[in-house]
Amino acid sequence: MAWSSALRRIFSHPWVLGVLGILTVFGVWLLVTSSGLVDKLFLPGPGAVWLAGTEQFQRGILVADAVASIRRVFLGFMISAGLALPIGIAMGTNRTICNFLEPLMALIRYMPAPAFIPLLIIYFGLEELPKVMLIFIGTFFFNTLMIMDAVKFVPSELVETALTLGGRGLPILTRVVAPFVAPQVLDTYRINMASAWNLVIVAELVAANEGLGKRISLAQRFLRTDEIFVGLIVIGLIGLLIDLGFRFLMRRACSWAN
Amino acid sequence: MHLQVSNVSKSFGEGRDCKLVLQDISFELVSGQFMALVGSSGSGKSTVMRLIAGLERPSAGSIHLDGELVRRPGSDRGMVFQKYSLYPWLTAAQNVAFGLSLQGRGKAEIRERTAYFLDVVGLADAARLLPRELSGGMQQRVAIARALATEPKVLLLDEPFGALDLQIRESMQEFLHDLWKTTGLTALLITHDIEEALLLAGTVHIMAPRPGRIVHTVDVRLDRSDLRHLRVSQPFLELREELAGRLRSLDGSLL
Ligand SMILES: Nc1ncnc2c1ncn2[C@@H]1O[C@H](COP(=O)(O)OP(=O)(O)O)[C@@H](O)[C@H]1O
Ligand SMILES: [Mg+2]
Repeated sequence: MAWSSALRRIFSHPWVLGVLGILTVFGVWLLVTSSGLVDKLFLPGPGAVWLAGTEQFQRGILVADAVASIRRVFLGFMISAGLALPIGIAMGTNRTICNFLEPLMALIRYMPAPAFIPLLIIYFGLEELPKVMLIFIGTFFFNTLMIMDAVKFVPSELVETALTLGGRGLPILTRVVAPFVAPQVLDTYRINMASAWNLVIVAELVAANEGLGKRISLAQRFLRTDEIFVGLIVIGLIGLLIDLGFRFLMRRACSWAN
Repeated sequence: MHLQVSNVSKSFGEGRDCKLVLQDISFELVSGQFMALVGSSGSGKSTVMRLIAGLERPSAGSIHLDGELVRRPGSDRGMVFQKYSLYPWLTAAQNVAFGLSLQGRGKAEIRERTAYFLDVVGLADAARLLPRELSGGMQQRVAIARALATEPKVLLLDEPFGALDLQIRESMQEFLHDLWKTTGLTALLITHDIEEALLLAGTVHIMAPRPGRIVHTVDVRLDRSDLRHLRVSQPFLELREELAGRLRSLDGSLL
């Protein structure tokens, strides 16, 4: 009796099941690879992947690759987020601006960002700029439209209360609209950050000297599946960390919204 | 204080979609008066309120406050909405302080006045709580304190207790009556509840819908020393029944 209720309590904790899910896949992976059923060249075991990872780490390329990719993502995403915030708020509060920009943005949003890569390379060469621009293009329109939507749903009572308390103009935006949409804006950023990661890898597959995506495409050329797995896992872990970071920020800064 | 609403009409939309919502509304409100507008839902009560608050402009007629034409919202006309009007990210005290800080008052003054008005509405202990931690009745008291803190000339209450449970509504009515007696505020209350209007207001205007207009005005002269007793007293019940009959016939004639 006591045992089963203790077990139930443990399993009702969301983290426990999550970790269990990951461990299950890991276990299957270990079983399949150690049984010798699959060619190691196609599916390396956890041990081989760990070795490849530590080797990359010791040579310093793992950190260098991660830093290169993270820098691109953050640069591109910061420009995107920084511009999307005022433009999204402007579109959400002003009918004219919204009518002018929304169809345009809705159109561009449906153009797949990777399809811009050839143009970006022609315009900006093979350096950092085209990769940063790709992340910008791939996230800016989503960020803007999602922020616009959040702003449109600010209850009119909140704005009108501020007006009847003597508020006018900019303070309405900074002290009513901004705090109200802050949780949704953070969530928008969290969701679109995932696209930014997808895009940086795509960009690096095409042209780069270093970066986690670049390392994967190099590994493919030499049939180093263990290194491909290292890249995939590191990308996943960094993404997860960023996601958790946003969630943490949201809990700290917007505790009222939970 | 003198609020003058003169021959105000309001229509929404244009051309074929034009809809006359208010027709030729006139009344006056002076310092210390408690007035109520009663009408069924859709009779244009909220629109009257929004016009006075300056959130809408009249299509015809004019509204003057102390001789000055009302053109836009301002802190001289405090407003309390039915619900959802507290800032959910601010504590009760910060909500009360919101208008004061919008006006750029000094820190010490804000702190002092916030504490004073929280105390006036009986929520000194709830100062640090967020709106979601407050009951519906407490939330409306914070909203009232917030509107009072900037010292409006007139307090506009748009069905402030409409979303509350019956029992809480009754205690809030008693609260509002006491507040009016002790602070001498001037209030315009909107409600669809005749009992509420008769309990609180010295003057009650009955509104008819489509288009919204004032069809009947009652000066209520009742002994308000004990509201709980008043609710069940004979003259009160008779007056309530008479006005309820009028409202029913207004709605009935339009069915
Ligand atoms: N901004 C608006 N645009 C169009 N119609 C409106 C608007 N505001 C109110 N109305 C209409 O005016 C009528 C009266 O509304 P309202 O003043 O809210 O009535 P009440 O508060 O008495 O329920 C309703 O039929 C409503 O649909
Ligand atoms: Mg209404």
